[in-house]
Amino acid sequence: MPPVVYQDKCKGCGKCEEICPGDLMELDENKKAFCRAKRDCWDCMACVKACQFEAIETRIPYQLGYYPARLIPKMKEKEIEWTCIDINGKVDKFLVKTHNK
Amino acid sequence: MSRANLPQSFDKIDEVRIDTDILIIGAGNAGCFAAIEAKRLNPHLKVTLMEKAHIDRSGCLAGGMDAINTYIKKDRTIEDFVRWSRSQAGGLIREDLTISMAEVLNKPIEEWEEWGMPIKYEEDGEEYKTRGKWDITISGSEMKVILAEKTRQTGCEIINRVVATNYLMEGNKVIGAIGFGVRDGKVYIIRAKATIIATGGAAGLYKPYQNDGNDSHHQLWYAPFNVGTGFAIGIRQGAEMTTFEMRWCATRTKDFNGPIDTISVGYKTPMINCKGEQILKTRYAHLGGDAAPRYIRANAPMDEWREGRGPCYVDTTHMTPDQIHDMKYDYLNERPSYVLFLASRAQDLSKEPIEIYGSDPYIVGGHTASGYWVDVKRATTLPGLYACGDVAGGTPNKFVGGCAAEGLLSARAAVDYVASVEQGIINEEQISQEKDRIFAPGFRHSVVGDGVKPREMEERLQRLMDEYAGGVHQFFRMNKEGLEYALRNLKILKDQVKYLIATDLHELMDAHEVIDRLDVAQVLVHHLMYREETRWAGWQTRADFPEKNDQKFDCFVNSRYNPETGDVEMFTRPYEQIISGDRLKA
Ligand SMILES: Cc1cc2nc3c(=O)[nH]c(=O)nc-3n(C[C@H](O)[C@H](O)[C@H](O)COP(=O)(O)OP(=O)(O)OC[C@H]3O[C@@H](n4cnc5c(N)ncnc54)[C@H](O)[C@@H]3O)c2cc1C
Ligand code: SF4
Ligand code: SF4
Repeated sequence: MPPVVYQDKCKGCGKCEEICPGDLMELDENKKAFCRAKRDCWDCMACVKACQFEAIETRIPYQLGYYPARLIPKMKEKEIEWTCIDINGKVDKFLVKTHNK
Repeated sequence: MSRANLPQSFDKIDEVRIDTDILIIGAGNAGCFAAIEAKRLNPHLKVTLMEKAHIDRSGCLAGGMDAINTYIKKDRTIEDFVRWSRSQAGGLIREDLTISMAEVLNKPIEEWEEWGMPIKYEEDGEEYKTRGKWDITISGSEMKVILAEKTRQTGCEIINRVVATNYLMEGNKVIGAIGFGVRDGKVYIIRAKATIIATGGAAGLYKPYQNDGNDSHHQLWYAPFNVGTGFAIGIRQGAEMTTFEMRWCATRTKDFNGPIDTISVGYKTPMINCKGEQILKTRYAHLGGDAAPRYIRANAPMDEWREGRGPCYVDTTHMTPDQIHDMKYDYLNERPSYVLFLASRAQDLSKEPIEIYGSDPYIVGGHTASGYWVDVKRATTLPGLYACGDVAGGTPNKFVGGCAAEGLLSARAAVDYVASVEQGIINEEQISQEKDRIFAPGFRHSVVGDGVKPREMEERLQRLMDEYAGGVHQFFRMNKEGLEYALRNLKILKDQVKYLIATDLHELMDAHEVIDRLDVAQVLVHHLMYREETRWAGWQTRADFPEKNDQKFDCFVNSRYNPETGDVEMFTRPYEQIISGDRLKA
């Protein structure tokens, strides 16, 4: 599933490129991240979690789900605060524990 | 990390040569545990991990996990475990391997918890919270990051972004591996006294049904970057393989192709057809109902569709709002984007149940019995080579814990083995041939400029396998004539490999992924042809042999590719029962 990169938020730090298990994220000549093959993305969200600037979001391919649902993780030391917004704007929040100590 | 260009000619290829005691190919779940165990047993050994991605988020665990499907709780025994696993796999497992795995099964899981991975506890606080009979629930979103950190601390050498392409051989002995850097474009020649293969299973052999638009090609359950390279490089050297025909075709959430146990096991939601009938309890009661073997449960919704009673669902409409919230929490730990998928449909699960459907077939030794034929030490039939995790055969129902446990076992054997061997002698002729083979698609691009793109060949392969070798669009059914058609075309495809072109290093990796898949697919089709019966409907349905034939096939079907002749030799190995009882009952 395709990740989208908000060009204004991307700082070109390269974290997403470093982490993507499919070698799909790259930086262009302007040091902005892009996904080289959207169809090859597994939507594991590793790049989204790695980006400290909330510049990447995962999208559901339109063939499978409607626009514009959003799922945004806020990484904290021992948990992730997830915000999910459905296509009608309904917001759901989750606090997911990631480390036990 | 900057990206190098493709080398333009043979003499421009940079080499990196490394000598190590133990080389582990694949720093996933099993590979990391193997590295940790090897260093623990002998800190003086040099242990090297070769990983095509980045150790922090590679393989099946990249997005996380919400459960560990196999853990032996206090009141259970190894015998119980073997009986359960045996019955789930239709009575065909390597009992010796299952027993040795079960003996160390709990250790890696408890260690993970010590290192920081949260595991949920029962209300009384004593035991891990159970999901099904053998499953425990975890908050595993960051479990791979935690494991990678621990692996780093042991002081082993981690080489990220290097794609293994073949073993280094001295006669029939494995003396390391060769690969290329997908970021730096260099060739890595890693010589080792012992080699452990831990590259996971194979995805992308078949066309997934979601693949109707460009953006959803990798809408797969299994990790799409595990393409079966570990099988392929063993096949090419004549390693014995087992039970490829026991494919993993599973019921998954429809369209998303995601895990389903989270809902059906975790929250005991029944599978229903379009009429609202609880299908396992009613139509499949005689096959075991809710406790039916995995392949029955996997196939039931597809049979319902075929009979005209689809769509099928897991019925979430009786779940409480708290349960629905908890279930989404679990998904955020494993496949977070499933929560996004539900939001993209504004689906209220208390009103609209989750639709289910079959996945594309995978070869995954952690779920079924496909993979390298190994002994109890996890030694393969090639001297110097050990296998663990999804790439090792004979032991279905390993899952996270079992793959990790096999990592420990293979490391123990490798540490023993290296004590008595010297480094092998590198055959420079092999290196030069392999360098040529690796970069051929790049050279072809720069010299000829025209040919077959990896993506085109991949899609041709996936369509072929789907239509003629029992893919999801055929409801997993196949017959002799179709399989023969597949074999004929696989042969053509293998010959067409010489036309592959790659414009950069990433495409070069794509090219080798499809080359490896072709080798795996060929062996798979031979296995499917050989088993002239239907033993695991869904996983292996021969429309022309719909019955089980115990007289001929209550045994392991094994294969060996003959590197000299190019033929795949098929033969059987007997079943050896160690734990008493009816093999089809838990
Ligand atoms: C979505 C999903 C959900 C699952 N849910 C559960 C669950 O709830 N409970 C459970 O117990 N099990 C579950 N499993 C199964 C379990 O995760 C796997 O069986 C197990 O983790 C596999 O371990 P492994 O080490 O064999 O493979 P992996 O962890 O996948 O490791 C393979 C490694 O090899 C690397 N590699 C591949 N090719 C090459 C190459 N050519 N060169 C170098 N490196 C290479 C990969 O990048 C990867 O790092 C799930 C699996 C998936 C995909
Ligand atoms: S991690 Fe975020 S900020 Fe850094 S390069 Fe990627 S998108 Fe840009
Ligand atoms: S979601 Fe995963 S596979 Fe997709 S681009 Fe991001 S890191 Fe890569």
